[in-house]
Amino acid sequence: MRWLREAGPVVGAIALALGVGAAVCAVAGYSVPAVYRELVRGAFGGRYQLFQTLTQATPILFTSLSFVIAFRCGLFNIGAEGQLYVGAFAAAWAGFTLELPPVLHTVVCLLFGAVAGGLWGLVPGWLRARRGANEFVTTMMLSYVAIYLTSWLVSPRGPYHGTQWANQTVRILRSAELPRFMAGAQLSWGIAVGAMVAVLVWYFIFRTPRGYQIRAVGQNPQAAEYGGIDVSGSMILALTLAGALAGLGGAAEILGTHRRFIEFFSPGYGWDGIAGGLIARAHPIAAILAAILMGALRAGGMAIDRAGVAPADLAAVIQGIVILFVVAPELIRWLRRVRLPRSDHVRAER
Amino acid sequence: MPGVEETPGGARRISQAVRMEGIVKRFPGVLANAGIDFSLDFGEAHGLLGENGAGKTVLMSILYGLYQPDGGRIFVRGTPTRIGSPAVAIRLGIGMVHQHFMLVPRLTVAENIAVGWEPTRGPLFDRRAMVRRIEVLVKQYGLEVDPTARVEELAVGEQQRVEILKALYRGAEVLILDEPTAVLAEQETEALFAAVRVLKEQGKAVVFITHKLDEALAVCDRITVLRKGKNVGTLPARQATPARLAELMVGREVVFQVRPEPVESEGHPLLAVEGLVVTDDRGVQAVRGVSLVVHDHEILGIAGVQGNGQKELVEAICGLRQPQAGHVSVGERDLTGASPRKLARAGLVHIPEDRQQRGLILPFTVAENAVLGQECDPRFAIGPWAQARRNIARYAQELVERFSIAAPSVRTPVQALSGGNQQRLILARELGRGPRVVVAVQPTRGLDVAGMEFVWNQLLAMRRQGCAVLLVSMDLDEVMMLADRVAVMYKGAVVGVWRREEATKHDLGLAMLGGKGAVA
Repeated sequence: MRWLREAGPVVGAIALALGVGAAVCAVAGYSVPAVYRELVRGAFGGRYQLFQTLTQATPILFTSLSFVIAFRCGLFNIGAEGQLYVGAFAAAWAGFTLELPPVLHTVVCLLFGAVAGGLWGLVPGWLRARRGANEFVTTMMLSYVAIYLTSWLVSPRGPYHGTQWANQTVRILRSAELPRFMAGAQLSWGIAVGAMVAVLVWYFIFRTPRGYQIRAVGQNPQAAEYGGIDVSGSMILALTLAGALAGLGGAAEILGTHRRFIEFFSPGYGWDGIAGGLIARAHPIAAILAAILMGALRAGGMAIDRAGVAPADLAAVIQGIVILFVVAPELIRWLRRVRLPRSDHVRAER
Repeated sequence: MPGVEETPGGARRISQAVRMEGIVKRFPGVLANAGIDFSLDFGEAHGLLGENGAGKTVLMSILYGLYQPDGGRIFVRGTPTRIGSPAVAIRLGIGMVHQHFMLVPRLTVAENIAVGWEPTRGPLFDRRAMVRRIEVLVKQYGLEVDPTARVEELAVGEQQRVEILKALYRGAEVLILDEPTAVLAEQETEALFAAVRVLKEQGKAVVFITHKLDEALAVCDRITVLRKGKNVGTLPARQATPARLAELMVGREVVFQVRPEPVESEGHPLLAVEGLVVTDDRGVQAVRGVSLVVHDHEILGIAGVQGNGQKELVEAICGLRQPQAGHVSVGERDLTGASPRKLARAGLVHIPEDRQQRGLILPFTVAENAVLGQECDPRFAIGPWAQARRNIARYAQELVERFSIAAPSVRTPVQALSGGNQQRLILARELGRGPRVVVAVQPTRGLDVAGMEFVWNQLLAMRRQGCAVLLVSMDLDEVMMLADRVAVMYKGAVVGVWRREEATKHDLGLAMLGGKGAVA
């Protein structure tokens, strides 16, 4: 059972992190039992709370998958946040501009989001492959371009300032909405779309020739080149798909949760995707669980704040510790692999 | 107590440097060391001989503290010792020179040697004291190297001397040399042997890991043979013969030589290189106008000391480096600068020099590696949207059987295979494509006797079937044994081509060092 062996350390790290979080809590002078009770109750305490967790998990699932697909090609997509924003805006635009029958309209809006996000990934992909520009920097910088560009679009001076009281677009048409599961909860079919996409990403990475090429480039670009694989093309494809996945996440968020584009709507879902992807050990199916964990921490954190047992800052600290503990070993391993390809003499011998 | 001699005065003189008893080391699915006894005296060179995967490097990595044994005991100078890390080993006076050097190219020889152990004067780094101390070492052991030169400017043999000096500088009394000759040219090997003899005379204990019988016999006093993680015999070199050692190593008689059978070429040029000019990574011309032709049913060998443009030549032929000028054609077609995939479709395959970095994707499975380069072929993919996984597995299984690759299953990651089996897999994949032209670079480097024989026979089989084979090797014996014609490269140019019958080791050796060559 390979997945058990992989999952064991992750679960251990989460437990350890919650323990350290408790210590921080105690030192800061808050009641540990109260904080953790609210955290768990806020995330899983009932149907509403569970829905809240899944609502938070939905965009994180998409951005995690975005990180995963680039990481499989040996690339760091740090710019999911920006790709999410352009995807969101494009979907909103298609949602209030086009007039189409219900289901089709939703699908078209999702595609708009994916294409816009994809373009936002294509540019750094092309720059990396053809010009050697570090995708780490370019995706991050383009992220800010996206966030502030969309903000301008809906600002009072921008062309899509839809309402007087806030910087947002007009509402999308009913035909474009992703339906919700329950009145009063924000959870939409976006989570189901996300789960389906996760399976598709898994299939693409592990079961198609293109996915094989992307993994080959990620594991050993020299061998990939030797095997005649188009290394540049694979990188461009991987980052474009990464952008498309994040853009799709932004689209789902607009169509299912907000129903219009609002400036600065994301509380950092793009960044959470980096942690989610690493917690999942770059596995698309595990990304579903990782996203739920991240979503639970967000939902639970909000509950802690609401219940008044501790400020939201403390919840953020606990979140941070969990991420640090789970992700750090993986990051260190990755850095080691990049820096020190030693001990192959030992490998060859045994 | 063995190894401790009572002298009449009662003082104990310890002659035994290291004793290892019943060392056991397991890796997932592999028993690397199955209870090995090994001892080493001061003033001796002890050869550790065995096939790839016999457990030589693992045993010595345990002595150097890189691995912890799962069983057994280690005595250093008669005292039971636990060697928890290389730092402990160094403190105990044990040094190891790895196959892959661990040097900083931009720093000088002296800086590399002293790093971490720099002499200081007050708070300052005493550069002059450092150079002085190293010069003393250089003289004492006859390890000729300029302490003020930068490591990146040194030849491989010199870099190895720097590694040895580094160990000595840190006070090594026991020196482990892991396959030290694998990277060396003929002349450099001689210099290394001389250095080992000096070390011995000065009372150091040297472990010489190798799988080459003649080397073990040339420098060692005692030879221990490992097979499948067991010590199958320790014998004085004086009593050993190559045949006896080989028998111990592989447990059966081996044929040392393969004889190419006479085959008549039909004279079709299958691979033609014309006026090729190639620059290296730094932009310096590494290949200066090379022209070669390889015909059907022919092996053309390229001999030469490493670093004379062979690597760049091969990369340019195989589509991994764009040439500045010249042409490469396969059969009738001009394929200068074509991608490896295009070349493979035209029938040219490449057995790369660096198996683990170029030839394989180590974390991938045997099956995945078996289709590298063919993953989009209709046999292995249903359009771009699905891999034909059953076909891939079946094909990989077929290769595993046809080329006798020792792998637990085709789903095993390639990094779990031994070096020899990794090379078999590369050969299987490339030769299994039914090529017309085979470019093989150092195809037997680091392989054991059985592995070498396997590779040689495969190349000869390709020749028999009518392939053109370009064999690039630093091993002169190998080239002279297999090649129908031998070309010698020196400073980026072909300085001569000999027919096998006319080639002598003397002439080729001279040409490799820049002497005049005859052209056939």
